[in-house]
Amino acid sequence: MSAAAASGCGAPDQSAPLTGVDPTRETVITGVVRNSTGTAVGGAYVRLLDATGEFAAEVVSSPEGAFRFYAAPGTWQVRALSRQGTGQVEVPATVGINQVALTVA
Amino acid sequence: MSRDTALVTVEWAEKNLNTPGVVFVEVDEDTSAYDTGHIPGAIKLDWRTELQDPVRRDFLNREQFEELMSAKGISNDDTVVLYGGNNNWFAAYAYWYFKLYGHESVKLLDGGRKKWELDNRVLVTEVPQRPRTTYRAKEQDLSLRAFRDEVVAAIGTQNLVDVRSPDEYAGRLLAPAHLPQEQAQRGGHIPTAINVPWSKAANEDGTFKSNEELRALYEAAGLDGSKPIIAYCRIGERSSHTWFALHELLGYQNVKNYDGSWTEYGSLVGVPVATGDEPGEPA
Repeated sequence: MSAAAASGCGAPDQSAPLTGVDPTRETVITGVVRNSTGTAVGGAYVRLLDATGEFAAEVVSSPEGAFRFYAAPGTWQVRALSRQGTGQVEVPATVGINQVALTVA
Repeated sequence: MSRDTALVTVEWAEKNLNTPGVVFVEVDEDTSAYDTGHIPGAIKLDWRTELQDPVRRDFLNREQFEELMSAKGISNDDTVVLYGGNNNWFAAYAYWYFKLYGHESVKLLDGGRKKWELDNRVLVTEVPQRPRTTYRAKEQDLSLRAFRDEVVAAIGTQNLVDVRSPDEYAGRLLAPAHLPQEQAQRGGHIPTAINVPWSKAANEDGTFKSNEELRALYEAAGLDGSKPIIAYCRIGERSSHTWFALHELLGYQNVKNYDGSWTEYGSLVGVPVATGDEPGEPA
């Protein structure tokens, strides 16, 4: 875990390798934002909503469209806002790496 | 202070990019976004490296703040317009910080960087050079800042507003969900604190909700406007956002930000902690 993540609240680099994260313990929700033609969308505002629809976190997708959340097992919604449109997907997350495909249109 | 004087729209900002005496300042914990593009004429402030003491867990002292402002080319009579990423968390923190040191004219750009970007407004990479000033700060206005002992004393007697997400409040998560969860401190919240996540005060595009919506939000959560209010989160920046909503937008008089927040409180020995979704009883 980087010092940045330890002391602050800003989003770490969304494309950085998942080093220092224990996939047997952490529940990671990660994926790539794409538009309707399949092109990665960087700079999208990606937010994690809990099972009640309440906001939990927000990150900006990397130039490659990547995003990443550290959550807990359960049902989550991942929602993206971008200049190219919006999109939302439900994620039943378990401990480990949960891959998500998210399309904005 | 009121909504009209504390908050400016992106339209206002666009019209005032070249207005003498108006200084735009982008504030973030990670200033790499500024380097890739920022509002024309804006300078940057790094929340981590410029607004924190490099050794102790505290702010710059008065002299250090004066030096920072002087070096940035900000004058006492400038109108400082703050904006940033993370839904203006760090910009709101800087707003509170400028108020703490007595800067007269400070404004927050409604929606911050997100609104500006989603609107497709112009971003530039040129970094402006501002001539050095001689800035004079006031003593910290401690009517805006809460410390741990008064937070403990406020349990059951004042409004404590925990603005973290419900999962952090309950102790199910120890940090916002975009960060790894390793932390040393205990999970939970300060007993009797109500939970009004900062995000409920904001629209999806990062702008603040209307005063009517905000008032209804805090009243429904059980905020007693006749008593002092202390807001906290994990490290004090999300609670600056709520402090701004309560003190600057809604005009509650006695509102403090507890910048020690959960990373301090949740590590204290001998203080009561409540877990779960209910505020809990004074211990």
